[in-house]
Amino acid sequence: MQALTIRNLTKTYANGNVALKGINFSVDAGDFYALLGPNGAGKTTAIGIISSLVNKTGGEVEIFGHNIDTDLEAAKTCIGLVPQEVNLNLWEGVHNIIMNQAGYYGLGRKLAGERTEKYLRALRLWDRRNDNARSLSGGMKRRLMIARALVHEPKLLILDEPTAGVDIEIRRSMWEFLREINEAGTTIILTTHYLEEAESLCRHVAIIDEGTIIEDARMSTVLRKLQREVFVLSLAKPLEAAPQLEGFETTLRDDCELEVDKGPEVNLNDLFSQLDARGIEVVSLRNKANRLEELFMRLVENKQDGFKEVAGA
Amino acid sequence: MNIALNFVAMKTIVRKEMVRVMRIWIQTIVPPAITMTLYFIIFGNLIGRRIGTMDGFDYMQYIAPGLIMMSVITNSYGNVVSSFFGAKFGRHLEEMLIAPMSNATIILGHVAGGVLRGLLVGLLVTIVALFFTRLEVQHPFVTMSVVLLSSIVFSLMGFINAVFAKKFDDISIVPTFVLTPLTYLGGVFYSISLLPEFWQKVSMANPILYMVNAFRYGILGASDISIGVAYAILVVFVVILFSACLLLLNRGVGIRE
Repeated sequence: MQALTIRNLTKTYANGNVALKGINFSVDAGDFYALLGPNGAGKTTAIGIISSLVNKTGGEVEIFGHNIDTDLEAAKTCIGLVPQEVNLNLWEGVHNIIMNQAGYYGLGRKLAGERTEKYLRALRLWDRRNDNARSLSGGMKRRLMIARALVHEPKLLILDEPTAGVDIEIRRSMWEFLREINEAGTTIILTTHYLEEAESLCRHVAIIDEGTIIEDARMSTVLRKLQREVFVLSLAKPLEAAPQLEGFETTLRDDCELEVDKGPEVNLNDLFSQLDARGIEVVSLRNKANRLEELFMRLVENKQDGFKEVAGA
Repeated sequence: MNIALNFVAMKTIVRKEMVRVMRIWIQTIVPPAITMTLYFIIFGNLIGRRIGTMDGFDYMQYIAPGLIMMSVITNSYGNVVSSFFGAKFGRHLEEMLIAPMSNATIILGHVAGGVLRGLLVGLLVTIVALFFTRLEVQHPFVTMSVVLLSSIVFSLMGFINAVFAKKFDDISIVPTFVLTPLTYLGGVFYSISLLPEFWQKVSMANPILYMVNAFRYGILGASDISIGVAYAILVVFVVILFSACLLLLNRGVGIRE
């Protein structure tokens, strides 16, 4: 079952700006799907059309089989949206905001009350239920928007940069929460500028740039296309010069930190064998850059031709 | 269309609107009561005593229905235009736009909110009026139906204003430059029979004249115009304005890119 199917979706704004140039992609039910792209790539326009906040110019959108042109009410019922910008009524109370949203989806007061409590507790906002939204911190407002999007328990949750401006601790707890609701069966589409977030959470990734989808595959498949990785090794004892290692390029960042550039033809066992043979003891190891971030930059910078280069095609 | 869903959604909008009206009661309820009290004191009592009678009624009694109607009209209009534009400006209108309720429900919910505030303020002004004059409703059905239809008409007008408004200035232009002059020239303070024939004919083009006079007929039993014509105008306005609102929302004018 497809949670979302998009065919030849186009959008040209009144000022002539072509935001989407006939994109196609689909999201499987139950998937955790990342929609990535630089600012102005067309992500928010695509999400706006899916959630009927933006009128499309052409193409088709189906949500769990409901076409938004012919069966909009059913399509809307399936979607929960957490928009990029805070769009809360800041003068409204936290509890009322969620209750009202439940009412807009036709939930009776009793069920709305139960759901409101459930999601405000889940997102750690229950203690602030009587406060006005404007008194909440930025992170709390983001969580409130997630609670609002979930109150009718949608089958498809769309999150447009939900963790922007949120501190690390809250971000991690939001990731955990999103994983849980995804495991419980909710399909999630996520856009984010934190590529670590997408790599950590999502099983599928599409990259959009200048209104065109330039990559759409399983996350593992995409990451495999990245042929080179750079690791930073912390060493137990200082070195005077970078060691020559067969199959690796090495650079000494400082006495006790060695940078190793690894190609696809060698593995980390080779690296450690050679280091061991030279008596170099490694205390810890980390990726120099987030892998997805590196790939993303190459794709966006080089577009189609660059991608062939990266993929070795 | 899922009727049960839309009914719950409409009730939610109305409840939200009433919570808003009560939350800012100092801006929504108190000012019209004070303004109308001043009207009754200055125009009705101080000046009215020198004017004498109008169409056989003492002046205070004559202007009371018009002042009640004026407060209903301005508050119905003001509630919808400020609430809907505020939601659009603050982008929380998106809460409704992404929900599966119909566009007609969004309109009806806001109009019902405007009508309730208009009637609430109208009731308050009526109570204020009773401190100054005696009002015995001659035609209860006409009184209630005319005030209700007028309130709906101006709530719908407020909705259209909010749809087109791009900044806060835009929601005060129509009340200031259109609504207030039409209300003052709509026979609230005088009978159009006092005007020269030419200006009487010009006045007949003012829809508020029909509303004020039909309402005055309901309370006092006196009117400058035909009640049948007033009803016809009100119903035609409701149908045309509601259709216009629906068309605008369906096309996404002012609310969808």
